[in-house]
Amino acid sequence: MRLFRRKTFSHGIHPPDHKAETAHSPIRRLPFPPRLVVPLDQHIGKPAVPLVHKGQEVVRGEPIARADGFLSAPVHAPATGRVRDIRPMPTARDRLTPCILIDVYEAATQEVLWHYPWQPRKMDRQALIQAVREMGLVGLGGAAFPSHVKLSVPEDKPAHTLVVNGCECEPYLSCDHRVMVEQPAELLRGVRYALRATGAKRAIIGIEDNKPDAIRLLQKLTAEEPAIEVEAVATKYPQGSEKMLIRSLMGLEVPAGGIPLDIGVVVNNVGTLAMLGALLPQGEALTERVITVTGPGVQRPGNYRVPLGTPIGFVLREAGYRGEAGDFVLGGPMMGPSVSDLRTPITKGSSGLLVLDEAAVRRESPRTWPCIHCGRCVNACPMRLNPAMLGRLAAAGEYQRMAAKYHLSDCFECGSCSWICPARIPLVQQFRVAKQWLRDQERRKRHAAPPRQQPLEASGKEVRAA
Amino acid sequence: MTGLDSSLIGITVGFMSLLGVVLAAVLAFANRKLWVFEDPRIDEVEELLPATNCGACGTAGCRPFAELLVKGEIEPAKCTVSSAEAIQEIAEFLGVEAGAVEKRVARLACAGGAHVARMQARYEGLESCRAAALIGGGPKACAWGCLGLADCERACDFDAIAMNPQGLPVVDADLCTACGDCVEACPKELFSLQPLSRRLWVACKNLLHGDEAERLCEVACTGCEKCARDAAPGLIEIRDNLATIDYRLNDLASPAAIQRCPTGAIVWLEKEGARKGRAAKRIARKEALPVEKVAV
Repeated sequence: MRLFRRKTFSHGIHPPDHKAETAHSPIRRLPFPPRLVVPLDQHIGKPAVPLVHKGQEVVRGEPIARADGFLSAPVHAPATGRVRDIRPMPTARDRLTPCILIDVYEAATQEVLWHYPWQPRKMDRQALIQAVREMGLVGLGGAAFPSHVKLSVPEDKPAHTLVVNGCECEPYLSCDHRVMVEQPAELLRGVRYALRATGAKRAIIGIEDNKPDAIRLLQKLTAEEPAIEVEAVATKYPQGSEKMLIRSLMGLEVPAGGIPLDIGVVVNNVGTLAMLGALLPQGEALTERVITVTGPGVQRPGNYRVPLGTPIGFVLREAGYRGEAGDFVLGGPMMGPSVSDLRTPITKGSSGLLVLDEAAVRRESPRTWPCIHCGRCVNACPMRLNPAMLGRLAAAGEYQRMAAKYHLSDCFECGSCSWICPARIPLVQQFRVAKQWLRDQERRKRHAAPPRQQPLEASGKEVRAA
Repeated sequence: MTGLDSSLIGITVGFMSLLGVVLAAVLAFANRKLWVFEDPRIDEVEELLPATNCGACGTAGCRPFAELLVKGEIEPAKCTVSSAEAIQEIAEFLGVEAGAVEKRVARLACAGGAHVARMQARYEGLESCRAAALIGGGPKACAWGCLGLADCERACDFDAIAMNPQGLPVVDADLCTACGDCVEACPKELFSLQPLSRRLWVACKNLLHGDEAERLCEVACTGCEKCARDAAPGLIEIRDNLATIDYRLNDLASPAAIQRCPTGAIVWLEKEGARKGRAAKRIARKEALPVEKVAV
């Protein structure tokens, strides 16, 4: 049967992809902004710890914050300049996240002036992982999970396959597509490094079949290399979720609550591995990334290479902003967070900047209707949960039951249920609230009954970093 | 077989009766053998309690509270919901001192209603502060301020919280039982339970300084230190640009501290509401401030 069917998973949705505006525009470099806002927590895990102080000069590529523990990543100066301040600033993650502000030197050539003495040819697994850790690489697909953690495969849980995620299933985005077409050599080099670091025997690059040029190109380049396969998968959202992609490519299912490594698979995004392949031989750290700037509110949509920490206001000035704001989304429209501050920086995990105009926002009526039990969300949920039931429980505040009986923690917030719901019930938002409430409850329990009455009552709430 | 066989009826009735007798014997035996003594006073005390199970006393509900009362491990007055007469009745019934607990009420550390605090975006979505706070901290320009979507009002079992026209929750001190539900509901952690004797109050949590704070909210604490200088030494301290009251020195508090506050962020709590100082700016505006236009 496989012969006649495209590789895919069950359930999921088919939103309009809006990729035509940018899919064929080559990656261009944006100028350096006068000031960079570099957050310390651009990754999942503990925030980095600053190594610089106010007023210090930094050169491009120099580490400015070190990783705090294993599940953390260092941060490097994205440009040569002077540290203006270290203070909380709004980011896509939270309103106040500690950031390093850098005044960029206008006259500087902005070459990378800080190099690590890596020799990829001679490096063994441990050395490779250490190098990935030092360069501050995290998953560039959006989740920003530290790459060295993903590549560290424990002895007792060997990995047999490396899945390279080139799906880019989010509508509007095309930066991964452009990277595959423009930097195939770097990508394949990165894949080889990742194979070496994980000890996996083969790699499968999965690409949605709406990018035939990338599939053809990579198939041609890997024809002589049996360890690397290139596979087309059906264009369907959320094909690019790692669990879905593993299902599509290999027919394997990651156990509920588990990670791909439980079934011997490591998943990496194409953008991440292309970056690895580009940086490692040069001995450079992660200081920039490619983003897709698009949407009806942008005059010159396209793919741009920007230094990390570039405020979105600057990106919009360069790409042309039509004026009337509707909504700014960092990342894709399905999962990306809305932001309300133009100082919000592009971080390692931002794959795009989507500007919806007023008309586009208006089309999304804020009015919600009662659930009519049509079951479309159940048919859409790629994790085979029951969003309708979860939504009802969320509305009743039964968060604990959602987690205990209806597998709330398996929801990865892809947004398929909200998108398909004819009653426009904000299901994913309800689930996020439920998850946050449960996390809060967990935290309260851990801090065993925090004193409700403190001697210094009004002492300001500590700045949340999470 | 035609009709009912009389012997069959006899067997059936006999068997069922026997079964009943045997099971009754088992139950009677179990009742004797597994019986646990429970102080009958617990039931009676529970009857006298308000049965709200609010948790204000610090126990899980009225029944566990009654158990502790009978054991003599807690004072009747710890129940903040019961009237004074009810507490007296419990105390007399148990023959203990009623005890004295100062009444506490929930206080909100924010005064930034829609008419004084700026919004930097329009929020559309789930009508819940917690949901709004998850999207980049919410639409309010002040990252610390009340989002006004009434999570606390919905959480309150005693109808003690009502949203005012400017979208700020107002606590009715008479109805508030200090159960703490609003404290848990607020995603910005603006509520806290305060004894009534604490009348000096900072209704702000903004940690920005001066104009930066005032640009976001007209009634924000700017950290100007005037209150700290006017109050008794040590009572008020500016910490991270925010006036902070040391309530261990509450006896020294007086309305003198609020008089020179330029924004009215520090207030003196009266029965009829918060009183601002003489120097606080007068705000005549009633309608909400417009959402700022985004300019690149």
